[in-house]
Amino acid sequence: MTRTTHDLAALFERMTGDEKHTWAAASTVDVLWVLYDRVLNISPDNVDDPDRDRFLLSKGHGPMAYYAVLAAKGFLDPDLLDTWTTFDSPLGQHPDRVLVPGVEIGAGSLGHGLGLGVGTALGLRAQRRESRVVVLVGDGELDEGSNHEAIALAGRLGLERLTVVAIDNGSASHGWPGGIARRFEVEGWHSATVDGRDHDALHRAFTAHHPGRPSVVVATIHAEEL
Amino acid sequence: MTTQQTDKIMRTVFVDTVSAALDEDPRIAVVTADISAGAFAPARERHPDRVINVGIREQAMIGVAGGLALTGLRPVVHSYTPFLVERPFEQLKLDLGHQDVGAVLASIGGSYDDPVWGRTHQAPGDVALLDTLPGWTVHVPGHPDEVEPLLRAALAGSGRVYLRLSARENGSALPTGEFTLVRKGSRGVVLAVGPMLDGVLAATAGLDVSVLYASTVRPFDHAGLRAAVAGATPEVVLVEPYLAGTSAHQVSETLADVPHRLRSLGVSRDREVRAYGTATDHDAVHGLDPAGLAVAIRDFFH
Repeated sequence: MTRTTHDLAALFERMTGDEKHTWAAASTVDVLWVLYDRVLNISPDNVDDPDRDRFLLSKGHGPMAYYAVLAAKGFLDPDLLDTWTTFDSPLGQHPDRVLVPGVEIGAGSLGHGLGLGVGTALGLRAQRRESRVVVLVGDGELDEGSNHEAIALAGRLGLERLTVVAIDNGSASHGWPGGIARRFEVEGWHSATVDGRDHDALHRAFTAHHPGRPSVVVATIHAEEL
Repeated sequence: MTTQQTDKIMRTVFVDTVSAALDEDPRIAVVTADISAGAFAPARERHPDRVINVGIREQAMIGVAGGLALTGLRPVVHSYTPFLVERPFEQLKLDLGHQDVGAVLASIGGSYDDPVWGRTHQAPGDVALLDTLPGWTVHVPGHPDEVEPLLRAALAGSGRVYLRLSARENGSALPTGEFTLVRKGSRGVVLAVGPMLDGVLAATAGLDVSVLYASTVRPFDHAGLRAAVAGATPEVVLVEPYLAGTSAHQVSETLADVPHRLRSLGVSRDREVRAYGTATDHDAVHGLDPAGLAVAIRDFFH
């Protein structure tokens, strides 16, 4: 059956027990939907195609929205959502690529997805593939120093097929003075800051061309929405 | 022992072998963090997309390697030991192991090859650290001629391989792979790992013990050790060029059904040696020079 964004809430709510990360998960739901519904060349039929686009959920905390979107798009049997976190379930509170077809990386410990994303983009470029690589990080996750090694490197290497979407829901304990985008811009990235609930604005940001450099889309989420 | 084929040091054999493999195999990619980047410059000219220097960013170095592997490439990652294994250890655990992808890691510097740099450039715990992670093959060549066969096999595979290169080396190369019985005796077995062999042979001169040589310690050649013990007695001295006792649990597993004695020699666990000098000086401090080894081994078999 064809599911729409309106089905996500019901799918999301089938996973209980990680309410601490409901905020983190809810912050990502619109971005994930736009990426999987309108932007990325990813489907249950091409999970092993080397030319598929790659989506890397770096911020592995609160994967309820991710699993809900994967279920809505046919990667997962929705009934699996009811099993999550149990011993025999492939769905845990941090995703595992080995257990779930279509999940590109195992995540949980923060600050790993961007380095993997840079390497993935380099590997695809070396093989002359046109696939995109999109890495989702959180503003709190950006505190991890490993991200800044990867941000600088991607800028220097001009990885134009790499996009980072930074969910800015104000989680970083010490904030990002001047905004998150500035941290990327100084390393040569193209940036756009958009309302993280505005599907059309997200789509425009994800599909804009920026030859010769990677891009960051800062998706702002306001606390009162959550 | 085989006739020496090269007068190159291990690091040069490594660079030459990988540079040639880049020409031959489109899966091969090299990731450095400045160290040895210049040595790969000619290869980078030929393969700019597959020879990547990330700068002094060791976490990114391993993350990038993991990403390359996720696209089907075979990354070769190289740096000085502390910056390859210790600093990005969580990346080794998660960006390679947890992602279930492979890479070839090649370190230089051994435990204390060049002690003038002090403690920051020493990593005798490297193999012990990797031993906490599943699925790693660990090679500890004792001679430059052993590097190429070990490396060629690693490049052709898809798993996680650690190649521990050193400036310390034995006088002659031995076959790689299974443990090699270098000297046959009847009173126990001394297992020498990598560059420790010459010191062990000197230390055991005149002793009626078997000397076994290992250039690959993971997987551990349980059958080779059992055969050596069967031909002597179940008394084993383990001599490793890194943290003492790193492979003790492997010996215990090998001889789990045999009452046995074990003495583990290696770099001391109980202190940080705050001294510079030469590697030979540090061998003496840790009792790994031929004289120190002779005392410990003869005392064990006394």
